[in-house]
Amino acid sequence: MPIGTVTTTLTINGETRTRAIEPWTTLLDLLREGEDLIGTKKGCDHGQCGACTVLVDGRRINSCLKLAVTLDGAEITTIEGLGQPGNLHPLQSAFCDHDAFQCGYCTPGQICSAQGLINEGKAKTRDEVRELMSGNLCRCGAYTNIIDAVLDVIGEQA
Amino acid sequence: MNRFDYARPASVAEAVQAGTGEQVRYLAGGTNLIDLMKENVDQPTTVIDINCLPLNAIEELDGGGLRLGALVPNSDTAWDVRVEQRYPLLSSAILAGASPQLRNAATNGGNLNQRTRCYYFYDVATPCNKRKPGSGCGAIGGVNRIHAILGASDQCIATHPSDMCVALAVLDAIVQVTGPEGDRAIPIADYHRLPGDEPWRDNTLKPGELVTGIDLPAEDFTRNYTYLKLRDRLSYAFALVSIAVAMRIEGSTIAEARVALGGVAHKPWRSTEAEKLLKDRQPSPEAFGAFADALLAGAVGQGENDFKIPLARKGIVRALKQAAEATPQSQTDKRVA
Repeated sequence: MPIGTVTTTLTINGETRTRAIEPWTTLLDLLREGEDLIGTKKGCDHGQCGACTVLVDGRRINSCLKLAVTLDGAEITTIEGLGQPGNLHPLQSAFCDHDAFQCGYCTPGQICSAQGLINEGKAKTRDEVRELMSGNLCRCGAYTNIIDAVLDVIGEQA
Repeated sequence: MNRFDYARPASVAEAVQAGTGEQVRYLAGGTNLIDLMKENVDQPTTVIDINCLPLNAIEELDGGGLRLGALVPNSDTAWDVRVEQRYPLLSSAILAGASPQLRNAATNGGNLNQRTRCYYFYDVATPCNKRKPGSGCGAIGGVNRIHAILGASDQCIATHPSDMCVALAVLDAIVQVTGPEGDRAIPIADYHRLPGDEPWRDNTLKPGELVTGIDLPAEDFTRNYTYLKLRDRLSYAFALVSIAVAMRIEGSTIAEARVALGGVAHKPWRSTEAEKLLKDRQPSPEAFGAFADALLAGAVGQGENDFKIPLARKGIVRALKQAAEATPQSQTDKRVA
């Protein structure tokens, strides 16, 4: 049986951390179990729901399908790195203003995904935002308000 | 997920050297392989992380084509300005697939090599000749709404799930591979295979071979094309039937039309013989219908997926109309024009 860890350096929310990581550890499990960053949520664990979305070098990915050891040297941003209570990220404020969540479980992934969408710069219209947010499911069905919130922030930046 | 040895070679030569062995897997974006490992469908003893290899560029080819590096993410490929302008069919097909997060991680090589999403392949408690040769096929006579209507065998009725590959089939792409016996170039039509009596083989790669790139020949299908994807949801769902069309119209007649289907077979389904029916014809519902009948000749339903045959026929006619009229399917406004 293979035994061993791989020394991996990740910058998580601006803090550089070097860790000995078992290669079969996903980024999601590392964040939640290893780094105690439980804002990132485990929904399906199969890349089907988007609850685990984080930003790697500014790009949104499903952290459940990424082995942490493959990200040596990467910069990772989770919901904890986007905003904090009392110092909310514009997307967090917009989600509050628009009632863009009910149970809140998908919300960290929605917001990280929306930041990724903004970084991509491809979505301008309502249809485009809806399509490019389709990787994040919301079982409460807050989609309409989520799109309103994202459009609000895109509009402010335009 | 099982435990495995992990290697991160720095060169293609080192990767190929490490890549032989039955339970050795190359890991790129991981969006399919990691999922298969979580389900214990795949249990490699060694995982070779190829993400550091220099296969992450899109380059010009002599003669006006493009080479898509195997490790370029799907999203970067779809949004590359050269691909958007010269191969809009490919951009459209990629953007019809998966989600933005998955497209950011998934690579071009990985998209080619992704496995079927057949429920029985994924469920290790059930028989599956693709996963466990000789164990049987749960889908035949089982739950088979998403399965093949063309080219299936009595051992496997799985489909290839890719959207990108359907466009590549129409564009006559060439898959560049390297391996223990050197480099070779495989036309896309010969890359994926039908299940036959070896359904565990999705493609014609030899053991240890690694995809290094995908070449797109110079083509001018920038006006008359479409990628029409029909599925249960409007986004983030695999195709029940998809249709890629590239057409050249001279005057009022079709000089050339190429059509491939996704979601209906073990590989993108194309017939250059049937395409001759469209050559030198005026675009018309009758010509399109006759072609659809020819492309779908031999289609067989499995019960729950019988609907795919009339769906494909109507989809082909609609997609040909979209291409002929230069009104390609939008992947954001989902209305089918």
